[in-house]
Formats: sequence, structure tokens, C-alpha cells
Amino acid sequence: MESRREFLKEAATGALLLAAQSKGMLAKGVDAKTDAGKSRVVIARDPALHSPEGKLDEGRVITLLDRAITTYTGLNKPAAAWKRVVAMAGGPDKVIGLKTNGLGGRGISTHSALVFAIAHKLEEAGIKPGNLIIWDRNARDLQACGFTISTEPGRLRCFGSDVSGFEDEQAVWGTAKVRLSKILTRECAMVIGVPILKDHIMSGVTFAMKNMYGVVERPQDLHAGGCNPAVADLNCIPVVRDKVRFTIGDAMTSVYDGGPTFRPERLWYPNALIVGEDRVAIDSVAWQVIERKRAEAGMKTLEAANRPPRYIATAADAAHGLGTNDPGKIQLMEV
Amino acid sequence: MRFPNSLKIVTAIIAMVVFLNLPGCKKRSVNPFPGSGEIAGWNKTGDSRVFQAKDLWQYIDGDAEQYVKAGVVSTSTADYNYQARIEAVVDVHTMGSAEGSRKILEGAQARDAHSIQIGDGGVAYAQSVTFRKGMYVVRIVAYQSYPDGPDALMALAHGVEAKL
Repeated sequence: MESRREFLKEAATGALLLAAQSKGMLAKGVDAKTDAGKSRVVIARDPALHSPEGKLDEGRVITLLDRAITTYTGLNKPAAAWKRVVAMAGGPDKVIGLKTNGLGGRGISTHSALVFAIAHKLEEAGIKPGNLIIWDRNARDLQACGFTISTEPGRLRCFGSDVSGFEDEQAVWGTAKVRLSKILTRECAMVIGVPILKDHIMSGVTFAMKNMYGVVERPQDLHAGGCNPAVADLNCIPVVRDKVRFTIGDAMTSVYDGGPTFRPERLWYPNALIVGEDRVAIDSVAWQVIERKRAEAGMKTLEAANRPPRYIATAADAAHGLGTNDPGKIQLMEV
Repeated sequence: MRFPNSLKIVTAIIAMVVFLNLPGCKKRSVNPFPGSGEIAGWNKTGDSRVFQAKDLWQYIDGDAEQYVKAGVVSTSTADYNYQARIEAVVDVHTMGSAEGSRKILEGAQARDAHSIQIGDGGVAYAQSVTFRKGMYVVRIVAYQSYPDGPDALMALAHGVEAKL
């Protein structure tokens, strides 16, 4: 674990530099359009992922994951693609965090099958099990995903910020004045966001950027104004912006209304993973996935329901510069 | 015979304490959760938990605000199991007033919901039941879908309603 001094030093200098260098790193150099400045987002689907009764075929998840990562990187072999992910973290001796979302409780939390598949692939690519942390707000949220809490060194660890604690000092960016989880600030060299796609009664949509509410001590302080600009502000805090470099979004199961808690009457199975480095582009794409389902179900758009995810445009504005929400600048690949 | 003022004050305090402890003067403490076996097929699994309004975000962050806005006082929750097949969670929200519970139920109503006659009214789907009774709002959600699930949920809902 880093000391506070080391953390502050890294937050101020190294992480910023590394993040700048690694922006678009996974997809870089494999496609002329990407090089031209487009943000790549991949939606990988497997219609047979869930049975008609809604049972997840866990064996198919790892295949879908490999398809998503190879498409995203443009590399044919999954092993090579995962090695590139490890390189983005700084090498196999670095600690990678997998930030899940179990807030919605059982039934609408990140699937453990996906997280274990990611961990397995990272281990195959050279990361030691002890250098992987599955984490979220607290034990309850992790258990909702189906995980068992473990802090045993040398093995795949799984624990929440209730174990690690939070930084004493507030991190501040715009309206976001938060105490950050020490898992983010001190343990991880890089974080892969593994959120689950959901409608959100306040923010409209919760996915890549909103998942960062799980890294602060008091997320309820960030809900005003439909979570806008708080979501964008929170993601602009340097250590959040820099360490959370990649999203492997779980859209295998989702709720298209009444989220973020479990609403079985609004549950559906997109049977998809949504992958990318540009968190704004990912959320823009995810929003449209939710809107299409709402239209299909005869529901109002989120705009008409007076809760469009305004934080997405805020995150894309010049002040925040977190990514793009311009469809013309997003290279969407559906496989 | 004249009593000193201090004695009068002590007597008044004792009288007030006795009065406030009389039946009917205390706020009734409700345990809304049927015990295992009280409702055919249903077993309560684990202890119930209570969240005060200020802490509700710890249980349903993101969803808590609508209850807080409607004046929730506390939320009690407990897990259940039906015939070892259907797992369910029962949330009982104690609102500050019946108006608060009405507001929450209005928000739960949708075109495809089935209206049900329980308490002061409610709505049901295949895997969930929401109803209100006085200042209480109850939401029961099942994690699995079975043909007999809706009837089982309604039986549990009536069991909770009878305790409110």
C-alpha cells in the first residue's frame, strides 16, 4: 500500500502523465479512423447468453469477452489483446482493480461470471492473482454480485472500501468534494470499470461514469440536479480520471425503467458487453441502448420523462474534456 | 400544608413520565415481518434490518431520495424464501404520514401494473407487489419467476399487511 505522501505525489505528477500517454492506448494504431481521433466503442452480443427462462449461460461469457476485447484492440488473438491491457496498467507487477457495481442488490448487479472471466484473462496475460482486486463500496454490494470477501495476500482479493477506508483529505473538482476510497488511491495502478447498465431514477442512466459513485464515501451528496454536473466533476478528479482507463460494461442484464434498484418487471437481457476507453462515448452509446428498449416497450424517452442523463454532455464539454458524446466522433463497432 | 416548589416540579416530571408510558400514548412499535411458517411455504431467512431516513442511501442509494422526499422515517427489510425455490425481499417503508405513502404508490403505478385490493391499495406484477396501508409502503420483490410466484407473493403481502 502506498503512503499518503506517495499517493499525493503520484496523483499530482506520474498518473497524469501516464494517463495522457495511455489515452486510447488499447485501440491505438489499429484503425485509421481511430487514429483520426474517433473514440472506439464495441458492443459485443450473444443472443444465446440467457436462456428463455432468463438463466445466464456462464460458459459463454468468456467467449463473448474475448470477442469484445479482440474487436476493440483489432488483434486476432485474445492473449495478445489481454497483454495489451496489462501493458496499459504498466506491466504485470502492477495492481489492477476491477470496480464492480452491486448497488442494485441481487438481480441487477455486475455478474460475477464476467468479473471472474476478466480476472482469469488478466492472470493468463501475466498479472499475479495477488495483484488483482475486485472491489466496490462495501461487502454488501460485493456479495450482491455473488462474491466472497477475501483479503488474503497472494490470491485474488475482493473487498470493499469499508475495509480499505477513505482518504482523510477531500478531493475536489467543481461540485465534487469527496473522500476517495484508498483502494483507488493507494492500491491500484489502474482500474477497469465493470459497471452494469441500468436506468436511473435520478440521473437517467448509470453505467461507466456513474459507477464512480461507488469510489466515494458519501455518494448521496452527489445526487442533486439529476447528478449533473456531479458525475462529470467526480470523473474529472485526477486520480479518477487517470486510473480508470478502461471499461468492460456489463449489459448482459439491465433495467430500462425504475432503476437503479432491482425491478423484475422492467428487467431485460441485452446479452451484451459494451467496451471502450472513452467513458463519455461509452455512456452515450449505453444511453441509446436504454432508449431503444424504452421505445420498444412503449415508454417515454428519458428526455420526455424529464431525466435525460445531462451529465454526459457536461462530461464532454470543454471544461471537463473527458471524452466525446458526438456520434460523428464515435466509432461504434457491433459484433 | 404547603409543598416546596422543587417537590412540585419533581412530582410533575414523574406524572409526565407515567403518562407518556401509558398504553396508547406511546408510538406503536411494529414488527411487520411474519415469522417462518406463519404464511404457508414462506420462511424468513436471516435477521431484519432497519435503516433510518438519513442512512437509507446505504441500502438503496440512488433510489433513497424519492422516499426521503416523500417523508420516509425508516425502512425495515427482511429476506424470505418460498419452498426453497423463490427468494424474496420485503421492504417496509414507514413514512411520516399517509400522504407520503400515497405519493410513493402513485410513482409505482404504470399502465401494465395490476391493481390489487390490499391495505389502502396496491399494484402487482409477476415478481413484485407494492401496496400501502396508512403511513406504510410495502414492496415485495421475488428474484425468481415461477407460475405459482404471484399467488405466493400475494399470500406474503397479506401476511405483512395483517401485521401493520
